[in-house]
Amino acid sequence: MLILVLKRILLGLITLFIVSLITFVGVEVLPGDACTTYLEREAYGAALEACYKRLGLDIPAYERYVNWAVGVIQGDFGYSLSGEMKINDVLGPRVKNSLVLASASILIGIPIALLLGIITALWRDKLPDIIISTFTIFSMTIPEFISATLLILIVAIWLEWLPGIVIVPTGASISELLPNIILPVIAISMIMTAHMARMVRSSVIQVMSSDYVQMAILKGVPYWKMVFKHVLPNALLPAINVVALTIAWLLGGVVVTEVVFNYPGLGRLVIESISNRDLPVVQALAIILASIYVVINLIADLLTLMLNPRLKSLQIKK
Amino acid sequence: MNSTIKEEKPKNTISKVLEVILTMVSRPSGLIGLIILIFHVTLAITSPLYVPHDYKAIDPSLMLQPPSSEYWFGTDSLGRDVFTRTILGGRTALTVTFFGSLIALLWGGAVGIFCGLVGGKIDDVVMRIIDAFLSIPWILAMLLIVSLLGTSIIVLIPALGFFYGKGIVRVARAATHDVIAKDFIVSARARGHSNFSIIWNEILPNVRDAIMVEGAMRWSWMLLGFSSLSFLGFGVSPPTPDWGLMISNARGLMSFAYWSVLAPIFGLSSLIIGINLTADAFAKALGIDRSTKAPV
Amino acid sequence: MQQVVQEIKNLSIGFTSKKGQQISILKNINTKIKKGETVGIVGESGSGKSTLALAMMGYVKHGLYTISGECLYQSNNILKMKNRELEGIRGRKIAMIPQNAGQSLTPNLKIGYQIDEALKLHTNLKKENRDNKISELLNKVRLPSPEAIAKRYPHELSGGQQQRVAVAMALAGNPDLLLLDEPTTGLDVTTQAHVLELLNFIAKDTGTSMVYVSHDLGAIAQVSDRVIVMYSGEIVLDGPVRNILKNPIHPYTYGLLKSIPKLTLSGLPDSMSGSQPQPGTIKQGCSFYVRCQFAEDKCKINSPKLEFVDEFNTSVRCFNHKKLHKQKSIDTSSSKQLINKIQKNEILDISSVSISYAKQKFLEQLLNKIDDSNPTVKDININIDKGETLALVGESGSGKSTILKSIAGLIKTKDGTIKFDKKKILSNDLKKRDANNLRAIQLIFQNPDESLNPNHTVEEIVSQPLKLYFGLTGEELKQKIIEVLEKVRLGEFYLTRYPRQLSGGEKQRVAVARAFAAKPDIILCDEVTSALDVSVQAAVLNLLQELKEDFGTTYIFVSHDLAVVRAISDRVAVLYQGRLCEIGPSDSVYKFPSHPYTEVLLGAVLEPDPDVKPKLVAEDIVEEKPPEKGCSFQGRCPRILGEICKTNVPPWQIDENGNAIRCHIKINDLKKQQKLN
Repeated sequence: MLILVLKRILLGLITLFIVSLITFVGVEVLPGDACTTYLEREAYGAALEACYKRLGLDIPAYERYVNWAVGVIQGDFGYSLSGEMKINDVLGPRVKNSLVLASASILIGIPIALLLGIITALWRDKLPDIIISTFTIFSMTIPEFISATLLILIVAIWLEWLPGIVIVPTGASISELLPNIILPVIAISMIMTAHMARMVRSSVIQVMSSDYVQMAILKGVPYWKMVFKHVLPNALLPAINVVALTIAWLLGGVVVTEVVFNYPGLGRLVIESISNRDLPVVQALAIILASIYVVINLIADLLTLMLNPRLKSLQIKK
Repeated sequence: MNSTIKEEKPKNTISKVLEVILTMVSRPSGLIGLIILIFHVTLAITSPLYVPHDYKAIDPSLMLQPPSSEYWFGTDSLGRDVFTRTILGGRTALTVTFFGSLIALLWGGAVGIFCGLVGGKIDDVVMRIIDAFLSIPWILAMLLIVSLLGTSIIVLIPALGFFYGKGIVRVARAATHDVIAKDFIVSARARGHSNFSIIWNEILPNVRDAIMVEGAMRWSWMLLGFSSLSFLGFGVSPPTPDWGLMISNARGLMSFAYWSVLAPIFGLSSLIIGINLTADAFAKALGIDRSTKAPV
Repeated sequence: MQQVVQEIKNLSIGFTSKKGQQISILKNINTKIKKGETVGIVGESGSGKSTLALAMMGYVKHGLYTISGECLYQSNNILKMKNRELEGIRGRKIAMIPQNAGQSLTPNLKIGYQIDEALKLHTNLKKENRDNKISELLNKVRLPSPEAIAKRYPHELSGGQQQRVAVAMALAGNPDLLLLDEPTTGLDVTTQAHVLELLNFIAKDTGTSMVYVSHDLGAIAQVSDRVIVMYSGEIVLDGPVRNILKNPIHPYTYGLLKSIPKLTLSGLPDSMSGSQPQPGTIKQGCSFYVRCQFAEDKCKINSPKLEFVDEFNTSVRCFNHKKLHKQKSIDTSSSKQLINKIQKNEILDISSVSISYAKQKFLEQLLNKIDDSNPTVKDININIDKGETLALVGESGSGKSTILKSIAGLIKTKDGTIKFDKKKILSNDLKKRDANNLRAIQLIFQNPDESLNPNHTVEEIVSQPLKLYFGLTGEELKQKIIEVLEKVRLGEFYLTRYPRQLSGGEKQRVAVARAFAAKPDIILCDEVTSALDVSVQAAVLNLLQELKEDFGTTYIFVSHDLAVVRAISDRVAVLYQGRLCEIGPSDSVYKFPSHPYTEVLLGAVLEPDPDVKPKLVAEDIVEEKPPEKGCSFQGRCPRILGEICKTNVPPWQIDENGNAIRCHIKINDLKKQQKLN
């Protein structure tokens, strides 16, 4: 078991290593380096030299990669191009803000998705299923920026219930943020919830038609006991990994939603740094977002390992 | 003995396609989806022939007019006709995402079948690399590529095709894995058929459906992704009309000119729903459950 | 008059087809299950037997519904009961033992919990009493160390153990009626015999009524007091087990019994033409009309009623049952003897072959070496003559299919050589074999659903070898395909059909046609009849024999079914854990004296005769790996000598009939010991 866990962690680290290579090489291969792209027409003479010096671009690529990677491992992403600020200082509050947004969406989205998925599966092809399924298809297909825009139009502008645009500073505390994130959270969790609910539905339906559920019915197990003891544990186990992938996918939606609501998180930083061609920041963002993805998948893998009796007994035998 | 055979006529390719389409439209959701999709495609192809106004004609005196008999959906902040721009706004999106999903389908299918077939170490390595690509959020990667290489169709189509092909690799690989364990493949190998013949004759017909359904699904997601890019200002360049861009531009003014934002929203949403319903009906007609897959 | 546990009155169950027609799967079933009685329900796949068993618990599968009639338990119709009422009956009054226990036990719950659940629902026992009861139940189904088993998850048990747990769970509620749906299908012969013996014991011990559903007349014969034969959703015969199996007065049962190969008879059984009609295709007349050899014109238009015949105490659905009375009883029926022209001409020589499934380490992969001192298959030496049929028999894990695949080149051998036609050494790498050697050896697989590409027409399937080996094209190709299909009795109109449009027997014929299209010298048959219904199995066996007589092909025939092997083979090789135990002419292998493992296997075979009981000589333990040293059968051998069996590999001994046995016990001693029993 321990070996299995270590193996998963190692695989995650390898993935991150490949990601760092991809982003590094990607930035390297694309036309222009960080300084010429950033300075644009002023990219000559002393300004360029200074920029090279500051970023350490005057040494060979592989050495730069090693230096950069060592820095990243120690938690230091180096300097951004624009503000001459340490990237860590730029990222810190943004990461916190985005985490608040994402975790609120996940905490609200997952229970609702489970509930909807189970309801639609148990009342398959009946009225609750038809209504909820229609709703999930719609909310799954509408992009975040549309639902966010509509939310602002209806809730903030027409009904004037909540503020439409977030106007808190980047360093705001969580309690200041909370009233502002209601609409963004709704916009983000809609797609994710719909996807997960559909997944849970089909997984539950599949287990409901299995031989062992038929056996439980024939054994005289009461309906709800059968659902909770025999169906759900087996139906939700394979769902964990898919939920993890859905959460990882949500990161893209967070970017768009943050822009719509003017929310001071990582998403807006992505757009800002790309608009400013601030490649060191982009690299840092890629690594951070990829790590989040890897960590979420790792957690899902470990959860599955812990809950699956088949894998549990593997550890006993070996 | 003949009485026991299910009387089913042999089919050629055309009648097979017809049968799939008939099954698709036998459900109301499939019929609606297909109608919406065909409507949008027809509109995209023919709309330049009959648009009432010039999509790029700027007229400050006509700024933010509410809907009228002359300007059905009103005008935008530059005085351009919103109706004209809305019916033209899906052309780039449809073209880019259609060819993008085609590319995704081809490379994803090829790599997926290859990995499923060879298995072992090579499969592990390829899948690990693909996984690494997958872990960079697509939006970050796309934005980076677009900001460095520009937003022309030549860049967008292969870039989108590449990023949305990852899911197809997984599906094609899993389907191939299921098939190669079957005895008819073992039988072909034992007869001594070449690898190419086994892939072409035995594997491809059995994984084709799964890959095509996945491709149809990618199409709707790619449209979603492409419009997000446009919305963020990294897709179609102005003044070409595009829904994502129109929504983005009209957004700030929607407290007093909601029509300029609702029209493109309606256009984009109906197309995405149309493609989605069609893909769903397509999957069901081929007997594949698409709700078990994550949108990756 | 015995007390009736359940009465089924005029029950019809069916579904509505896509075209809106009502199609019956069960038609007007009437029967009574009496207290303490074991009723066997026998029928081929699609006869409606499982639907009937489930209906007896008030369970109707999704998509099906009751058209008419009722299932009465204590004069209440359980098909009309509310869920709440059913929960009080299911498991407590009527319990089910399912076909595939492995899939019917919930994977995330421990065995102990699952039995405890039934106890909690259906008894008033307190916690500590329930724990004792769990051990008691597991003990009753003869599972070793019940406390340990209770703590395990279902997947940690073997198939036989899982089936026993299912029995224990069914007994937990102390039911009046046990329903068993193919409870031994999929188990090895020895395990099957043990489970049946256990069920018999439980029936006597608890006095529970049982309904035993199976396609296997052998199993039915061992457990039932009364037998119901079903065909196409109808009861065609219902009476005491001896009358049904010894004097079958319905043509279907008569044909079915004649088509079952028997251990005591060599030669092929008679085959029955055709297959069971699909539900809804018979509009009028007797549903067996098209396949019946006693049919008359009236059978085509009128449907016979189930009528009671006093003489046999049996109900029968046939106009002509009196004709069948005069037929001689089943056992003396003549079988078709094999006429194989075996030339003393070696076509395949397998010498010292071992095969390993051990994973290669990286370095070994580079050096193309396999390091495994205890390989899955070891020391196989077999010579096969041209025109011969050699059978490989053994239980699952005996390595019989592995050997077959290595001959075909699909699995690499570790040591040893396989020589074809005396001089040509067949490479263990498929890619290095030349086209002629590839053509010479063809395979037929167990399940035609898997071995035929579902997206190819019959024409495309049969054309593959013709195009590959002979380069045929166009009209010539088509003519050849038609010719080959004719050989397997399939008409030209089959060319454009897809496998899913064919019945099981027809599909297997297509697979046979594909193999013969290559004009092979040797055909490897891997359990080719075990996915087929009994009545179809005989037809395929007869076809294989006819083709062989025409073409002089050599067969290597792998099967777990000893009776089938007896019918088709000239010579038999018995395998245990990848090692040969015995090899010799069929007639002498099936006669004693034989290797202790052969003795165990033969003893466990179930004959469709209630008076021939299986002999259970060895425990049905499942061994995961062959022993490192000594005799492969040491772990289960009932005649084990002692230390020598554990340390030394036994020597070959040959008796006067040319039967070779690998055992430490002297052949004459074996003879004496086995005579004593």
